Amino acid sequence: MKVLSIAFNTFRENLRDKLLYNLLIFALLMIGSSLVLMRLTLGEFHRLILDIGLGSINFFGVLIAIFVGIGLVSKEIEKKTIYTIVSKPVARYQFLLGKYLGLSLTLVINTAIMAAGLLAVLYFQDVPIHAVLFKALGMIVLEFMVVTAVALLFSTFSSATLSAIFTLAMYVIGHLTTDLKAFGQKMEGVGRSVLEGMYYLLPNLDRFNLKGNVTHQLDVPVGDLLMIAAYGMAYTAFLLMLASVIFQRRDFR
Amino acid sequence: MDVLSDGIVHSDRLSKIFKVGFWGRRVTAVDGVSLEVRRGEVFGFLGPNGAGKTTTIKMLMGLIYPSGGTATLFGRPIGDPSGKAKVGFLPESPYFYDYLTSREFLRFYGHLFGLVGSVLDKRIDELLELVRMTHARDLQLRKFSKGMLQRIGIAQALINDPELVILDEPMSGLDPIGRKEVRDLILRLKESGKTVMFSSHILHDAELLCDRVAMIMKGRLVACGHVSELIAGDTTHEVEMVIDRLLPEALERIKPLAGRIVLQGERIMVVLSSQQAVDQALDVIRSAKAKLVALTPHKASLEDLFIRKATGAQQPVEAQV
Ligand SMILES: Nc1ncnc2c1ncn2[C@@H]1O[C@H](COP(=O)(O)OP(=O)(O)O)[C@@H](O)[C@H]1O
Ligand SMILES: [Mg+2]
Repeated sequence: MKVLSIAFNTFRENLRDKLLYNLLIFALLMIGSSLVLMRLTLGEFHRLILDIGLGSINFFGVLIAIFVGIGLVSKEIEKKTIYTIVSKPVARYQFLLGKYLGLSLTLVINTAIMAAGLLAVLYFQDVPIHAVLFKALGMIVLEFMVVTAVALLFSTFSSATLSAIFTLAMYVIGHLTTDLKAFGQKMEGVGRSVLEGMYYLLPNLDRFNLKGNVTHQLDVPVGDLLMIAAYGMAYTAFLLMLASVIFQRRDFR
Repeated sequence: MDVLSDGIVHSDRLSKIFKVGFWGRRVTAVDGVSLEVRRGEVFGFLGPNGAGKTTTIKMLMGLIYPSGGTATLFGRPIGDPSGKAKVGFLPESPYFYDYLTSREFLRFYGHLFGLVGSVLDKRIDELLELVRMTHARDLQLRKFSKGMLQRIGIAQALINDPELVILDEPMSGLDPIGRKEVRDLILRLKESGKTVMFSSHILHDAELLCDRVAMIMKGRLVACGHVSELIAGDTTHEVEMVIDRLLPEALERIKPLAGRIVLQGERIMVVLSSQQAVDQALDVIRSAKAKLVALTPHKASLEDLFIRKATGAQQPVEAQV
């Protein structure tokens, strides 16, 4: 109940955020731009539209997750609104969880809107729609959940600007972890251990990327999806617990 | 410390040291504050800006952790949810979710206490009535004046019908009417059986309202007790005299008697500190055919105590627990 109230209030706060609408409009423009594409590259055409569409959804969703996510907690501390919440019988982890769920709801709804835009474009351009597209969208949302949790974690102990930098770095590295491992295997000693450690510790965000499957119309078995989902949720839970532990010890001053 | 007494806030040598800046320079904001707030009283927590009032209150509310000492609310260690459930809190110069309307705002805080439905709606209407904000119930907080924000903030602190209300500088930044409104509200809370602890750097407000006060300076308690007792221990028996048409040679005769003389054109204000001086001054006035306009005993106030404490040796006093 308390968590849900905070989540709903966060969602309402997100809805009054101009940044959200600006990003959403850009995303829809990007997706819509495929409507005016000439069918110059006939064979590649379908792939191009799907690539641009899913890429835009992913890119703008991550921007929202990061730039709204970093403000979730730091803004409340800066504006001291948190004083009135933590002084009530609300545990600090409940506050964090509420903020997290609120932004997640915002992201789910945003993704649905962007996906609707993509589906409309696909329909007008006579691109066949396969089930794997929806699976890919689901995994994109899962990636947003992980990125939001990363942003939330950083914002529990650092300023908004630093959190943005950390989260962006984590996002980029998160997509390169497979390369990290491969690179590490060519090395010896400490370097190898460090890179392998990073491979296991950092989120492997590439796992959530099913764009290739969509453009090549390769279906993904449900078992694989469940594995990816379990990974995403476990990683998110880990991040949120870490954030709670840090947040619990913090002075609001 | 005796938990069974009617003390509902207890602090025992509470301290807070902040580390500031890159090098972690240590700043002692609160230094061994022991105090008690008793059931049903209005307790004033007084001190100049930067004395440590807000820091102490933030520790009591579980917003920052003490560096030393302990404190309890309703016998529970600070931060314990069951203690917090009986407390209402208004932070200093509060910021609120300004995109909410008064009702949405109060509903949100009601939910945090598990209040829902018609019970909550009724409570919200009552509170809006109490702080006289019914007219603004559907107005967004961003359009509120400072006084309105303070009132809706107090309503927020009362949403759970708390036994104890803690208000940090509830009157600062308000105009005289706004301050009177807050004072009246505090008195109404007391009448309805609630305990109120508020901080202020405005001593006059405290004198009008408080049963007991604690004075804090540079993080240390310098006085604590009933307002009347604190003032009684500080009586000065000063008398203020206002005189018109006093000739210069008569003024020369009064000068040695007076502690202080203020000239305002034709009018002269003299402060005398003994009955004997008053008698002699009256003789001078009569013989010089001057006109006595006013004769007022100078009432001892918290302000005198405050100034004496601030200028005198900064000896910390044991709280009256
Ligand atoms: N977050 C903080 N970091 C460092 N020093 C602080 C902080 N908050 C307060 N202080 C210092 O602690 C002292 C007490 O401040 P405060 O409790 O706000 O006083 P008051 O509420 O009585 O005006 C001041 O000297 C202030 O500079
Ligand atoms: Mg203060």
